Amino acid sequence: MQENIAVRLENVSRVFGTTAAVNGISLDIAKGEIVSLVGHSGCGKSTLLRIISGVETVDSGRVVLDGREVDGNTFVEPEVRGVGFVFQDYALFPHLSVRDNILFGLKSRARTEAVAMAEDVIRRVGIDHLAERFPHTLSGGEQQRVALARALAPQPAVILMDEPFSNLDQGLRDKVRTDTLSLLRSLDATVIMVTHDPQEALSVGDRVVLMRSGEIVQAGTAYDLHDRPVNSYAAEFFGSFNKVPGSWRDGRLETALGSFSGAQGSGPESGTILYLRPQGIVVSVDRGDFSARIEQRIFQGDSEQVLLRVDGLDLPLKVITRERLPSGTEAVKISILPERTMVF
Amino acid sequence: MHSNQPFATSLNAKRGARSGRNWLLFSVIAALIVTLPILGLALEALKGSSGLWAHLFSTILPVAMVDTVILLAGVGIVTAVIGTTTAWLVTAYEFPGRRLLEWALLLPLAVPTYIIAYAYLDILHPIGSVQGAIRWVLGYESPRQFRLPDIRSMTGCILLLGFVLYPYVYIPTRAMFLTQSGNLIDAARTLGVSRRAVFWRVALPLARPAVAIGVALALMETLNDVGAAEFLGVRTMTVSIYTTWITRTDLPGASQIALALLLIVVALVGIERWARRKQRYATDARRSRGFSPQKIAPLPGLLFLGIGLVPVLLGFVAPAIYLTTEAWKRYRFAGLSPRILDEAVNTIVIATVATVVTILLGLVVAYAARIRPGKKSAALLRLSSMGYAAPGTVVAIGVLIVLAGLDRFIDRTALDWFGVSTGLLFMGSGAAVVYALTVRFLAISAGGIEAGLSRIPMSLDHASRTLGQSVSGTFRHVHLPLSKTAISAAALLVFVDCVKELPATLLLRPLNVETFATHLYGEAARGTYEEAAIAALAIVAIAILPVLLLSRVGSTRPDAG
Repeated sequence: MQENIAVRLENVSRVFGTTAAVNGISLDIAKGEIVSLVGHSGCGKSTLLRIISGVETVDSGRVVLDGREVDGNTFVEPEVRGVGFVFQDYALFPHLSVRDNILFGLKSRARTEAVAMAEDVIRRVGIDHLAERFPHTLSGGEQQRVALARALAPQPAVILMDEPFSNLDQGLRDKVRTDTLSLLRSLDATVIMVTHDPQEALSVGDRVVLMRSGEIVQAGTAYDLHDRPVNSYAAEFFGSFNKVPGSWRDGRLETALGSFSGAQGSGPESGTILYLRPQGIVVSVDRGDFSARIEQRIFQGDSEQVLLRVDGLDLPLKVITRERLPSGTEAVKISILPERTMVF
Repeated sequence: MHSNQPFATSLNAKRGARSGRNWLLFSVIAALIVTLPILGLALEALKGSSGLWAHLFSTILPVAMVDTVILLAGVGIVTAVIGTTTAWLVTAYEFPGRRLLEWALLLPLAVPTYIIAYAYLDILHPIGSVQGAIRWVLGYESPRQFRLPDIRSMTGCILLLGFVLYPYVYIPTRAMFLTQSGNLIDAARTLGVSRRAVFWRVALPLARPAVAIGVALALMETLNDVGAAEFLGVRTMTVSIYTTWITRTDLPGASQIALALLLIVVALVGIERWARRKQRYATDARRSRGFSPQKIAPLPGLLFLGIGLVPVLLGFVAPAIYLTTEAWKRYRFAGLSPRILDEAVNTIVIATVATVVTILLGLVVAYAARIRPGKKSAALLRLSSMGYAAPGTVVAIGVLIVLAGLDRFIDRTALDWFGVSTGLLFMGSGAAVVYALTVRFLAISAGGIEAGLSRIPMSLDHASRTLGQSVSGTFRHVHLPLSKTAISAAALLVFVDCVKELPATLLLRPLNVETFATHLYGEAARGTYEEAAIAALAIVAIAILPVLLLSRVGSTRPDAG
């Protein structure tokens, strides 16, 4: 058993009724690593988190925390696992002040030690001014920080976060997320965060684990998942694509937009659809490989989304460009960046 | 930081063995305690010889059955009419005094059936002041020339029970009118239905499940009643059970009638369940503001208020005034006798002990259902709530069978082993009364606590567990403080019901132990009117507490959920 593995899941399964919420998942998470578990709702990501915390149990497989088996052949109650949990609804105890909420997890310690630890985490998270208040008087962002402080206070070996930012307004969310992540990094904490938001998953994790129907689709760095998805599901989860049908000839995929050999994940066995990112198509008034007609333009500020009609394609191509096309332009030229294409 | 020591102790928890198992076990025990009397009853009834059944079928049962059915039908109609009319009155119209009326209509809940019967027997006595006043107005001299129809009749019983039991219909029906009819009634109006026709065509059909629930509850109370029916000379099955046991000491016979009565109860519970399911469908559609009541001009408004006050006057104000004056007269005449003080102590002690036991068991059952959710714990919760529908006499006979058997067994064992007779350990100590009260009211306790717990998000449980608290620690530090209000409310309801309860207490109390309720029963049965008014007034005064609580809950329009 390696020293630096904080969480090890071995072939973990959990069945509710007849559906497998978690189906044979194996995953190692290193100490100090921040992992985001991402997937659509019902993919089993939250169940997996609850299994790790011990409020849910496995039907088969093993869970090992810091080298000790906590579920599988034996079962260790959640209260002695040493995990911190940040809930989507924060789950602050409404009858306790912020300070008492934070002290809640420190009950087993000597009073003076507990108070010192609570003060320390209160200072670190920057909620000194909230310590005497009660949860219902706090804003969403404040509640989130208290929930984080409470989970951190007992210095758990692993921090589990279930959609911790989803209840915040968009504007606030980015700031709270950045603050939270830099705090967690400075503490060198091991973190597993569940989210349904692809952008959040990509921006947060050292490693991103994409789940679907209780199974892992792909695990890797954010760049891996975004740039080198293993299948069409993973590709489409993290971005939208133009899909262009083609057929294989002499090791090249022939399409209406040319033939491609070096496309990512390509090969005659992998499928006949060319995946083109909207950002992977260059639009210009006069230079390019193919002619196209503009069907619709949606100005988005930093960029512009353009729908293009191309001869030989049934559906219009969606292109996102930062190039400002002169108004009134109807005919354009496009070229494809081959290194940004994929075939599935 | 997390030492190995707590780890080691929990490591031996085997797969499948999870925390909270003990709670489930306790829950099983609680459910068993509650169901045991019913089982005992069934066994005892089947033990009775077939000849007894035949005798029962040919003599007692037919009369009692017919009387019971007539009484149920009558009370059902009266409560449905009064409850629905008053509910519509206070929700559809705005008139002076409406808010007061809305609340006052709950007051008759504080008057137990045997007390209203007791009070009216005297109020409407042929030579009492009311009939005297009527004769004086009409110019008659003596009761021989004119008297009102005797209230000691089926009609009298139906009306009196109706006037105290209609709130069971009023409460859910009013809630239904308030929460869901709003938009639908507006829609009906735009489709060309007049305001008056709306009641028949939209509001009433929508409220039908609520009315059914209310009537079912009112009828369960009717079946539970032993005092009113007996004072008024109606021989219901409940009364028959009581007399079969008390006067003939015929336990198998009493259990057989009780079992037959239980069948009626099962039917009522079925109706109530069915109506609740319907109600759930109906309330799914609610996204409402309540509909705006129609403003009534002050003068006709006064008429509305007058109509609405009739059931309050008859069901609460008149008996309350009567009891107060009689109690005052008695107090001035003789002060408080040591006997009534004794009874106060007995009443309070029995009710308190029963409440504590009931709340503890309720906590166990409700908490087990929370931490081990699933079919098993839900079934246990339902099983332990069974006693609420069973009439007090039925429960009492069941408890009698169980505890008398247990008493005999202990006594014989003690005699065999130690040569001492323990006597009637349970029956003689009042434990039987507490047992019966617990069986009867566990539903209130478990239901109230469960509702309180269900408002606490599950994530709080998980937060507490991951922050180092065990299941029991979570209960102490999270659930208990957060459901304090629900638990106290449940305790209050149980306590008051224990104080009001007559039939089980009457059958199971130890020799020479009297409570307010049994005292009242004794005097009314003997036809003596001495200190009973004081006892009755004390019961009503205590019973008014949950009405106050209910009016506070009811005054916030329940549109948040």
